[in-house]
Amino acid sequence: MIPANVKLDCFGLLCPMPIIQTAQKIKEMQIGEILEVAATDAGIKSDMPAWCDATGNEFLGVEEQNGEYRVWVKKIKNG
Amino acid sequence: MTTKEKFNIVVFSGDLDKVLAAFILSTTAAAMGMEVKMFFTFWGLNVIRKKKMFSGRNLLQKMMSLLNRGGADRLPLSKFNMLGMGPAMMKVMMGQSRVPTIPEFIKIAKDLGIKLVACNTTFQFMGFSKEDFIDEVDEVAGAATFLNDVRQGKISYFI
Repeated sequence: MIPANVKLDCFGLLCPMPIIQTAQKIKEMQIGEILEVAATDAGIKSDMPAWCDATGNEFLGVEEQNGEYRVWVKKIKNG
Repeated sequence: MTTKEKFNIVVFSGDLDKVLAAFILSTTAAAMGMEVKMFFTFWGLNVIRKKKMFSGRNLLQKMMSLLNRGGADRLPLSKFNMLGMGPAMMKVMMGQSRVPTIPEFIKIAKDLGIKLVACNTTFQFMGFSKEDFIDEVDEVAGAATFLNDVRQGKISYFI
């Protein structure tokens, strides 16, 4: 569990919607803030690190519990 | 200031399943910070056509437009179309899993800054006019324009 500034609920959404909503949400955030994304799609475990790799934001980790995933991303830069 | 990586995709197919794949990849590429262009040609133009009974200048073009109906929400499936029963069932299944419809994906694409381009050649010989297309279309262009984008692109696909 990592304390987050902003939370995003992506329960029930399939790829690529959690990633698209993450991109839209992080646009509204300040550099240095942390976003927590909650999802039920297991694809997020590999997709979120890949998205962070492509966009230059920092992947902080993932937690799995009863088919629910929580991932944390730190905003490093704009655009 | 770094320039964005470019993602280009030719949407040749007007089949729901293939167009869905095109929109999934395009919107994801845009979400990953890439500059995305979707180039709609041939049957793919149906995705960005308005729902009109007839379009075209001559009789053949008008007949073709009647058979080859446009509209993002009435694309056929490449398999198991079954006179429209296949797509109807597919849309129910997509809805159950909260997968966006093609019209919803067009809106998401525009929100993400994706450019929608209509192929000039198909446009001409099918007898379409600007009024046959949805307002979301950014430009009408030819093969050289697309190839120039591909030349500078990081990823380019054809479906």
